[in-house]
Order: sequence, then C-alpha cells, then structure tokens
Amino acid sequence: MGEFKVHRVRFFNYVPSGIRCVAYNNQSNRLAVSRTDGTVEIYNLSANYFQEKFFPGHESRGTEALCWAKGQRLFSAGLNGEIIEYDLQALNIKYAIDAFGGPIWSMAVSPCGSQLLVGCEDGSVKLLQITPDKIQFERNFDRQKRSAVHKMLVDRQYMGVSKRKCIIWGVAFLSDGTVISVDSAGKVQFWDSATGTLVKNHLIANADVQSIAVSDQEDSFVVGTAEGTVFHFQLVSVTSSSSEKQWVRTKPFQHHTHDVRAVAHSPTALISGGTDTHLVIRPLMEKVEVKNYDAALRKITFPHRRLISCSKKRHLLLFQFAHHLELWRLGSTVATGKNGDTLPLSKDADHLLHLKAKGPENIICSCISPCGSWIAYSTTSRFFLYRLNYERDNLSLQRVSKMPAFLRSALQILFSEDSTKLFVASNQGSLHIIRLLEGSFKHLHTFQPQSGTVESMCLLAVSPDGNWLAASGTSAGVHVYNVKHLKLHCTVPAYNFPVTALAIAPSTNNLVIAHSDQQVFEYSIPEKKYTEWSRTIQKQGFHYLWLQRDTPITHISFHPKRPMHILLHDAYMFCIIDKSLPLPNDKTLLYNPLPPTNESDVIRRRTAHAFKISKIYKPLLFMDLLDERTLVAVERPLDDIIAQLPPPIKKKKFGT
Amino acid sequence: MVAEESVRVVRCGGSELNFRRAVFSADSKYIFCVSGDFVKVHSTATEECVHILQGHRNLVTGIQLNPHNHLQLYSCSFDGTIKLWDYVDGILIKTFVVGHKLHALFTVTCAEDSVFVIINKGKQDIFQLVSVKLPKSSSQEIEAKELSCVLDYINQSPKCIAFGNEVCAAVRDFYLSVYFFKKKTTSRFTLSSSRNKKHAKNNFTCVACHPKEDCIATGHKDGKIRLWRNFDDDKKYTYTCLHWHHDMVMDLAFSVTGTSLLSGGRESVLVEWRDATEKNKEFLPRLGATIEHISVSPAGDLFCTSHSDNKIIVIHRNLEASAVIQGLVKDSNIFTGLMVDPRTKALVLNGKPGHLQFYSLQHDKQLYNLDIIQQEYINDYGLIQIELTKAAFGCYGNWLATVEQRQEKETELELQMKLWMYNKKTQGFVLNTKVNMPHEDHITALCFCNAEKSETPTLVTASKDGHFKVWILTDDSDIYKKAVAWTCDFVGSYHKYQATNCCFSEDGSLLAVSFEEIVTIWDSETWELKCTFCQRAGKIRHLCFGRLTCSKYLLGATENGILCCWNLLSCALEWSTKLNVRVMEPDPNSENIAAVSQSSVGSDLFVFKPSEPRPLYIQKNISREEVQWGVFVPRDVPESFTSEAYQWLNRSQFYFLTKSQSLLTFSTKSPEEKLTPTSKQLLAEESLPTTPFYFILGKHREKQDEKINKAFESELVQLPLTENIPAISELLHTPAHVLPSASLLCSKFVNSLLLSKETKSDEETLEDTDTEEEKESDDSDEENDFTEKILDTNNTDLGEDLLYQLSKSEEKELRKFRKVDYSWITAL
Repeated sequence: MGEFKVHRVRFFNYVPSGIRCVAYNNQSNRLAVSRTDGTVEIYNLSANYFQEKFFPGHESRGTEALCWAKGQRLFSAGLNGEIIEYDLQALNIKYAIDAFGGPIWSMAVSPCGSQLLVGCEDGSVKLLQITPDKIQFERNFDRQKRSAVHKMLVDRQYMGVSKRKCIIWGVAFLSDGTVISVDSAGKVQFWDSATGTLVKNHLIANADVQSIAVSDQEDSFVVGTAEGTVFHFQLVSVTSSSSEKQWVRTKPFQHHTHDVRAVAHSPTALISGGTDTHLVIRPLMEKVEVKNYDAALRKITFPHRRLISCSKKRHLLLFQFAHHLELWRLGSTVATGKNGDTLPLSKDADHLLHLKAKGPENIICSCISPCGSWIAYSTTSRFFLYRLNYERDNLSLQRVSKMPAFLRSALQILFSEDSTKLFVASNQGSLHIIRLLEGSFKHLHTFQPQSGTVESMCLLAVSPDGNWLAASGTSAGVHVYNVKHLKLHCTVPAYNFPVTALAIAPSTNNLVIAHSDQQVFEYSIPEKKYTEWSRTIQKQGFHYLWLQRDTPITHISFHPKRPMHILLHDAYMFCIIDKSLPLPNDKTLLYNPLPPTNESDVIRRRTAHAFKISKIYKPLLFMDLLDERTLVAVERPLDDIIAQLPPPIKKKKFGT
Repeated sequence: MVAEESVRVVRCGGSELNFRRAVFSADSKYIFCVSGDFVKVHSTATEECVHILQGHRNLVTGIQLNPHNHLQLYSCSFDGTIKLWDYVDGILIKTFVVGHKLHALFTVTCAEDSVFVIINKGKQDIFQLVSVKLPKSSSQEIEAKELSCVLDYINQSPKCIAFGNEVCAAVRDFYLSVYFFKKKTTSRFTLSSSRNKKHAKNNFTCVACHPKEDCIATGHKDGKIRLWRNFDDDKKYTYTCLHWHHDMVMDLAFSVTGTSLLSGGRESVLVEWRDATEKNKEFLPRLGATIEHISVSPAGDLFCTSHSDNKIIVIHRNLEASAVIQGLVKDSNIFTGLMVDPRTKALVLNGKPGHLQFYSLQHDKQLYNLDIIQQEYINDYGLIQIELTKAAFGCYGNWLATVEQRQEKETELELQMKLWMYNKKTQGFVLNTKVNMPHEDHITALCFCNAEKSETPTLVTASKDGHFKVWILTDDSDIYKKAVAWTCDFVGSYHKYQATNCCFSEDGSLLAVSFEEIVTIWDSETWELKCTFCQRAGKIRHLCFGRLTCSKYLLGATENGILCCWNLLSCALEWSTKLNVRVMEPDPNSENIAAVSQSSVGSDLFVFKPSEPRPLYIQKNISREEVQWGVFVPRDVPESFTSEAYQWLNRSQFYFLTKSQSLLTFSTKSPEEKLTPTSKQLLAEESLPTTPFYFILGKHREKQDEKINKAFESELVQLPLTENIPAISELLHTPAHVLPSASLLCSKFVNSLLLSKETKSDEETLEDTDTEEEKESDDSDEENDFTEKILDTNNTDLGEDLLYQLSKSEEKELRKFRKVDYSWITAL
C-alpha cells in the first residue's frame, strides 16, 4: 500500500443548500429534489440512489413546488411566477411559462396526470392542460368565500396555504373522501370531506407540521415537522375480524436536526429532506422483500459530482461553490514523522483567489489545469476561461475573451495532462476540443453525438499521454475517442447502472469505470476489450461488503510508479486496489485494519488481499495524488455544516 | 378454652399486599389483594378489610374473578391448588388440586370451563402458560389434572402475560410472543438486543392487551411503551412508541373501554395516555413509592395502583386518589428495631424513608406514618440519605425520642436528636426539642426512665464518643408562651471507653451503662457511679434489668457469646452461660426474658427467668434466617395456658423480625381458629357499609334507642320479633307447592301478626313498670343490656298468650299487683 504524506484539507467551506421540495416518480423510480437555491437534482432510486442529473439553480428562481406529470415529465413552479418544465435528456430547461398570478406557492397534478393546478399569491388557482410538448392555460378558479375544506372539495388535490393564525401547511385528499391536513400548530387532522367535519386529531409536535405525503395505496402517509421529526401514519384494521380501519401514528424518525420541508412516500421508503440539507431515505422494513442494502437507511448530503479540481504541479486546489470559485495553495511542511503523526505546517495554506461568477446563475462545473495556469468554468448560459499568471507571489488573472458561440454552456470541463488541450462536454451532447495557447485558444474539433441520441455527456476522462478521451452520459455506454485522429475509437458496452467515475491509466491506457452499484471495470482501450483482471473480478464477484457501500465512487486516479494500483474513493473511504494481490472472497475480512508489525510475513501475506481500505478521512469529498508520495484529501465535517445553519428549534431534552 | 397444641411459629400479617395485581369486584365495591397465604377483601369506599379468605397453605400467587359468576373469586397458590371463593360471605366453595406449583392465574371469558396458570416445568427458570380444565363436580375437592400447554418458555411474572381478543401475549427478554387461539399459532416479534447504548435497555417488562381492538401495549426497561398493531401479519406488524418514563415501565393497564392506557414506574407517577397519543397524557404524581402494579375495575370507575411500600391506592376515574390500603412497609432497613407504642399498642419501626410507621398487629394495617426527618426524599441511586437510626418511647407514650444521622465521609457525621411530645388534642406527636449533634459520634443506645414515681421525664443517650448523656425535661417558658424543653443534665463517661448500651432499672433508681466490656451502675438521683461489673468476655451487646420479682438482676449478653446475670444486691455474678445472643427482650408484664441465639443451623429461642437457672421454654430452629429484632407485645385479653411451657405466652406475645423482613410470632391456635373475631362480626350487616366505626356507633345508637323506646311505644321490641313468629317461619319454610291458596292463608297470616288492642295497653303498662324497676340496674351493666332485652320481650311474648285467656277482672287484679312497688327487692 505504501506510505503517503497526506494534505488533510478542511478549509473547503462548502454548505449545501436546504431541500425545499421532494417529488417521487413511481414509474421510473426516480426522485426529484429541489433546493432553496433553485437547483433540481434527480436521484435514481433503482441505481443505488445515485444522483444522476442536476439542473443548476438560479438566484431569482426559488422553487416552491415540484411535481412529475404525464409519466416522466418534471415541472416546477416558484416565486418568480413561472412554471418550468425540465428536459431530462438534454439536462436543460425546456421552457418557462408565466402563470400571471404572482408568485406560485403550490402545484399539484391531477391523478390522471394530464392537468396541472397551481396556487398563486393573488389567491387564484389556475388549471393548466398538459399537452405533449407544452402546457396550456385552461381555466381559473377565483378566491372563494367558502371554507377551506370546501375549496379542497372542489379542487380535489389543492395544496393550499390559508393565512390565518394557524396555517395549514399541507393537505391530502384520499379517494375515500378523507382529507388530511397538517398545520402550524403541530396537528395532523382527519376530516370527512362530505360533511366537512373533523374526524380525528393527532397532536404530534410542538412546532409546525410542514409537509405530508401519502402512499399510492393510501394505506400510509408521512408527515414532517419543524422539529426535524418525521412521523409515519398507517391505516391498520381495528380487529382482525372486522373490516373497520383506523389511522394510527406508528413510528417517529429523527434523522433531521432542522425543519423537514418536504417528504415523499415511495412504495418501499419514506423520503424526507429539509433545511439541514440532508436527503434521508428510510426504507420501510415490512415492504422490503430481501434484506440487502436497499433496506438500509440512506442519508445523502453531498452532491455525487466533483466540486474540486487540483493542479498537481503547483499544489493548487480549486473549490467550486454555487456562485463563486476559490483557489487555494496547499501548505507545506519540512518536518518528518512516523506513520500516523500529524506534521506541523511550515507554510500555511494560502487563499489565492476568490472568483465571483457573473450573473444570477449557479456554476455548473469548473476545472483548473494541471499546470495551474488555466481556470475554466461554466454557467447555464456562459462559458468562462481564465489565464493565471504567477509572478513570484503575485497572481494575475486574465479572462480569455471572445469565446466561440457554441461554447455557451458546459456540463463538464477537463484539461489534458500537459494543459495544452481543453475538453468541454456541452449540453447538446457534443464534445469540443480546444487547443490552448499562451493567452489564446483555438477550436480543434467537435465530436457530434451519435445520431438519434440527445443525451448529454457528463463525465470525461483523458489519458495522461493525451491520446484518448473517454466520455460518458447518464445511461448509455462510455465512448472512447482518439484525440490524435479525432474519431470515435470504440464504445464500452452499456451497463445497467450509471457511471459514477472514469479514469484512464497511464502507460497501459486501461480505462477504469466505476458504476453506481459499486462495480469497477477495467477496459483496455488499445485492445478494445475488458482486461483479464476485470474479467476475473467479474467472475468471482466483489466482496459483499463492498457492494453494500452506499455512496458512489466519485474519483479514480493512478499511481505513476505503481501500475498495478488503482486509487479510488467515495464519501466514507479511500481504497487502493492492488491488482497483483488475490481478490477477497466473502469469507475474508474486507476492512482489515493495518496488520501489526510484529506479525510474521506469512500471515500478513495470507490475509492480504487486493482491496486496501482506509476510513480515516470522512466525509471525503476529494482525494488525489499530488506526487508519488503525497496525497491530498478534502474533508467536510458534518458538524461544520450544521454550525453554519440557522439554530434548530430548541427542544427540552430530559436530563439536561 | 383453647386446646393446647404445640407452639408453632406463624407468620402474622405484614405480608406483601403488592405481590400481585389487586382485583376489583364487578360492582367496584370490594377490592381483593393477596396477602401471604390469604386473600384480603377490602371495601373500596372505607379501605377497611371486610373478609380474609384463608385456606391456602402457601403463598397466594394469583386472584381473578370468576368470569361466569362475578360473585365468585378464583385464587391460586404455590400449594398447587386453585380455590373458588364466595367473597361476599367469605366461604370457600371449591378446591381444585392441580399438583404443580402455580405461579399466576388468568381467566378468560371465552374459555368455557378452563383457567390459565403459569407453572414451572423441569428446570429452574423455564415456565409454561398452561390451560387447566376445571371439571364440574359437586364435591368440595376436585382433581384438575387436564393441562394443555399454551405458551412455553415465558417469564414467570404475571405482568408478562396478557389476554386480549382471542390472543394471548407474552413477553420475555427481548421478544413478544403472541398466541392466536383461533389459528392456534404463535408469532414472535423480536426487538434489537445489541449491546450498544441505544438498544441495550430494550427488554420487555410488562404487557397489556387492548380490550376492544387488536392492540398490544408493552413496557420496556428504558421507559418506552410500545403499542403493537397488525400483529396478525408477521411482516406488516407495526408499533408506536410512547415515551415519558425515564426508568423501567413497571406495569401497564388499559381502561375498560380501551380509550386510555395507564402506566407507572419508579417515578411514582401514574400516567394516563388518552387515545394512546403521546401528547395527550394526564398525570397523578407524588404517589409515594414505585408503582408495582396497576389494575382497573370492571365497572371502569376505579383504578388502583400497588406500590413497593406495601400500599394499594384506589384511584377514581378522574385521577383522584380516594383510598389507601397500607400494609407493613418493608422496603427499608430496620434500624430502630421493634417497639410497641404504649398508647395504641401498635408496633413501631422504620417505615417509608425518614418515617416511623405505627402498625396495628390486630388489624394487619398501618395506622399512621410519623414523618421524622421532614425532608423531601430524593429517590436516586448512590445518594447518601439521612437515616432514622434510633427511636424510643417514654412516659407511657407521652414522649418519643428519635435519632437521625447521615454520614457521607468518615469524618463528616451529621447527627440530630428529636424529641416529640404526644398531643392529646391532635392525637399525634408534635416536635418539641431538636438537638443538633447531641454527641460527637454515633449514638448507640437511647432509653427513657419509665419508672412510675419519677417526676421529671429523663432520657439517656449512649454514644461511641465515650459519653452517656442524661437529658431532662425543663421549663422553657418565656413571656410569650409556656413551654417545656429538653436539656442536657449530666454527662458521664468511664475511662474513655465507648458507651454501647444503657438501661434503666424498672423503678428508675439505677442506670446501667455498658462501656465496651464493662458495665457501670449509676444512681439516677445523684448520677454517681455505684459499681462496675467486668467479665472480660467481650463487648456487651445487650443489657437489661430483670423485672418484677427479678428486678435485682442485671443481664448482659456479650459478643463472645456469653450471657451473664449479675445480682445487684451482692454485686456479684449470679450465673453465666454460653449463648450467642442476637436478641434479648424482657417481657414488660412478667419476669420472663426472651433471648434468641444464632447458630449455623438457625435461630433458637430461649425464654427464662433471671432468678432461675433453667429456661422456662426452649424452641429450637424458630427460623432458618438470622433473627434481627424481637419484641414482647402485651395481650389485650390474657390467655390462660395451664401448661408450664406456655405460661410465658399468657400475658404477652413475642414477635420477631427476620433478616428477610418477615414478621413472625408464636401461636398455639390452629390456623382455622385464627380468624379474627371482628371479621366474623362484620358479616352481620350487609346492607350498610361495614366498618368497625359503624359497628361501634350503630351498637351504641341501638342502646340509646332502646332506652328512649322503653318509655314510649317500643318499635324495637316488635321488629326483631317478626322473625320469631311461627306463622311466618312456617309460611316461608313450607315448599310453595304444598301451601294452601293465598286467600285462605291471608286472614290467618295477618291475624297472627296483629296484637289485640287491650293486650297491647296491658303490655305498655307492663313495660312501664318493668323499666322502672330495672332502671337502676340498667346503668350498671349496659354491656348485657341488649341481649337481656330480647330475652325480656320473648318472655312477654309468651306471657301474651297466657294473658289472652285471663278474664277482665283477673286482669285488673294483676294490674294492681303490678303497680305495687317492688323496688325494695333491689335493695336486698
């Protein structure tokens, strides 16, 4: 495994924004999550809860409602009064339509999925027809002077807000005529819609109950409170012999520290998200058939994409935030020590640059070149390229102007190892290759997408010798392009699960692909086939504990001197796969602690296997090799994130 | 007179009332609780014990109402029998012999003729719930051997079993088993039992079933209550958590309709969860001690909680405590020993923490609690509490001295002595004097001078600091009030030895104080040292003077197992013997002294007179355990045993307390005869609430009424008569089918009830004269008045028939004859 000097970076001040809405689509088993900065993320629940796609946010576009309609079309509505439909293939906004009713507070879809209903600030409720390629205004329900219960009766699934002392935060209309309301007084109330009478009242919290979601079978629902508690209600029969049923509160879940702003109910899990930025997926044990990793609780905090890039040559780190970039130079030390020692810094880390993005849009992606002299980033509408000049301690920044028109928006940016080429994956599915010169650039080539597909590429990898470029979309296979000849070299066969990380090994040009189900493939680009090692490991299978890991592998790198090593990491572990060692089977210990030194070599060799795992650094956002003996690890402790959030509702805890 | 059987050691009340859940009668008038080998029937309105159902030969372990006849009660016992009682009359109806040791009893309405019991099969802690078929038979004692196992490997506590709608739920360790009677299957639901902090206290402690719905409530060690639903589906079962208790949930009960759930635990707070929701709960706090059991009356108007301090509280539906049935408190260390309150003849010992309890041996109930320490008791592990260590009564119960101490570290001793005066107005003890640090070290003994002639009450305290102090009552009046207070009069010591015991002679003229191995005799008038005795046989553990004719002897028992008797007149050792004395108690009414010795086998009792070398009575092995305390309690009515061996029991009874805190005594009566007379008398009145108070008052009233009625027309004379008229009894006792028609009978029947007019007036005059004559004698013997009266009227009744045949002239003559003053007869 070898010894490394590790730069343990904790100054990445990243705070994910709070979750505002959650919408679950049963048809595709996907979850749409919108955050307070307007970002919309799509999680594929079948693919190990991988964050497949995301739509960058916009400062003026606070999302207030999110819903799936007509199969797999995703709509959102927000405080700017617009209804937006997203293009899930091209990963951009299809269109935005103003509802002309002021800010939109709520939106619901009719049970058949063909009509959309929005509740506006002016008190009107607007019904819109969903046509195959757009939405069309149909009619307007004005503010009525009747009680809220009856209003709900007319509108069927109106999610309304009434401005009274006690605010109804959400309602649900069941097919048997029961209306369930949750309100700011901490109550969950059951109403009979035919008579408009209160049937049952559950006081569950001292603070607001903010969200409600009912399962498709209407036999259970979930509510989220401002205290961070999620309550599950179930319809159970009173006695086994009678058919009479009643709603009972069953389990409380306290996975959040702050307001639970949104909940969703999938057939097998309760999904909740809130101000504390965690997306929690709590499987319902009774609905889970086999106890595999699907039965485990998932807590997703960090995006499953790279926010950090690294300049190995100059020891620079580029941090990407929603609206700015930060460039830091790593500290250095002259001290030496034993394994496990913390070395004192002789030179502290330097914050070199704070680059504010222009415009209200969020940054989609960014990259710093390995030599450290180029920075590129992109928003939804513009692409920026900067040239950095280092003069001793001074740093000067120069924007490369006159970007070509086709370089409007990029999903992924990558520099070649020698920093002479820039690879840009645009949201039209095309790949651009740009040659970088001192202070200027030249467009070399554009790989157009395969005819018939509009899928965008969101992962790129280039070989260290600069000859090969691998690109992957969300579902189709990995394409390998020959940069010298500017043509498609081959396509790695498509796999069921999306690709989470890509890298091409030096010298051998083996492409290593990690998928969201924790499978790792090694594909030889020159030979256009999987390598022998990859076939062996597929035959034998990965260790069951490896397959049960719940965060995707987000980065793969290689050691320049040890070709048999593959370095990869997810949020909670860092692993070096030594291909020369035997593979572990299910009986061997996967997470072996470092063997004690006094043990004989024989035993050590017998227990050694290919996977060397370290869990020292967590949550780990980025890890890479700076040189042969130096690693850089970027951590973001959860406590630091919570410390930056507003204080939660104070609850008296017994015994304090 | 009582046949003189051999003297046996018997348990005398003070049994655990909180051993099992109490049971209400169907009309909530009575509450049943187990009490040792008996079942006690208390009235819920007056707290009074109405019946004691006795017949079991071992601990009663379960009671349940007969679901098919709510006037009958089933009980089961370790003696292997199930007994069926008529609790209204206190009669044993049937005995079912099962054979196994029965640990708990359950009855279910739907089970036609069987009950459920917990038995122990084979190994030590493997218990089974079995159903027992009770065969129908007219005989008194029936064998019930038809057992069928329902659930195996269960917890022996009946709190861990509950019966619901066609289900039976049992909990043990970390799982809940549910047996479905219809399907005859068992489902098991297991909670995580991992050792980590979160789940380590997931153990189930108790279970209850909802009476209407399919819902099972379980209590857990960490204070959570789980409500299980959908448990007929192995996969889709679900539960709700209710969490308020911070410690183990001791018991759970649903209300009759199931709308609320009651729970209790060490917090001593009864929690009512309404609609089984976490936010909607009501509390009944400050119940005094850990709630051990909760039960609900079938009528739904009452709850009751059994507490660890041997008390049952009856609680109204609106959570107001209405009655307290308090037994002997047993959950604290007894430091004070056993004492007898001279006024109430109650046994006095440590009760609740910081309290002195007054326990009536006759009625087996606590009379009252005296709060000595008068501080809030904080129930927490590891806290060093103030302990009430010594107490003594003096001057015929007018004074009570108590000593309390708290020692947190070796050098920090907090000591307080309190003197309480009996207040006749409030009928209780009132704090008179509080002495902080009466001594520098622990007080080892405390005694009052109880001599009749002593004019000032005197108290002596002996301490480890080497001193004994004499405290006397002095005038403490000032311009504001007249008052008395205690003050130290004399401090004595002997060569810096620790004072270990002190004791006054019967006449109060001498005080004996033992200083480790040496006994010193002091003159109580002048407080000068008269003489010393030293036997060099170890430290003196017990010291006492002989009484009555033996008052010249002083007895001392040492730690090395020597019992010495000194003659105070000759100042020499009279005799000594080798006896490892644990308890030595003089009988206040005789010369006898009881000593209990401890050997490896058990404890032996020796009763002797100091003047005689031979013991009066020896009983070996009175208890297998160590006897900690003993006391002679004077009898209300002296017995008259003629046999020499039992004469020591004539005037007093010896009670002793073993290490496991069972209160035992000696009795010659067989258990059947032990029925207390009061409980039998109480059967007389059914229509009225039967309390001794009513009984006394009612009797008193009757007497008064009689006196009044004697002058006027006496109703009382006639009313009891109706039962004696032969016509009525004939009518009532003849079978209906042989009676002639009612029209025929009617006139005859009515006639028989009528009294002719003239005889009535006769009778009146007759009465007048009678009463005049008897008036003087009446006052003297009121006790027998009532019975005499009845006899009198019977006589007149007979006379009436005679008179009827007399002619009018004869009558007049007779009247004249009656008017003659016979008062001279009384003068004879």
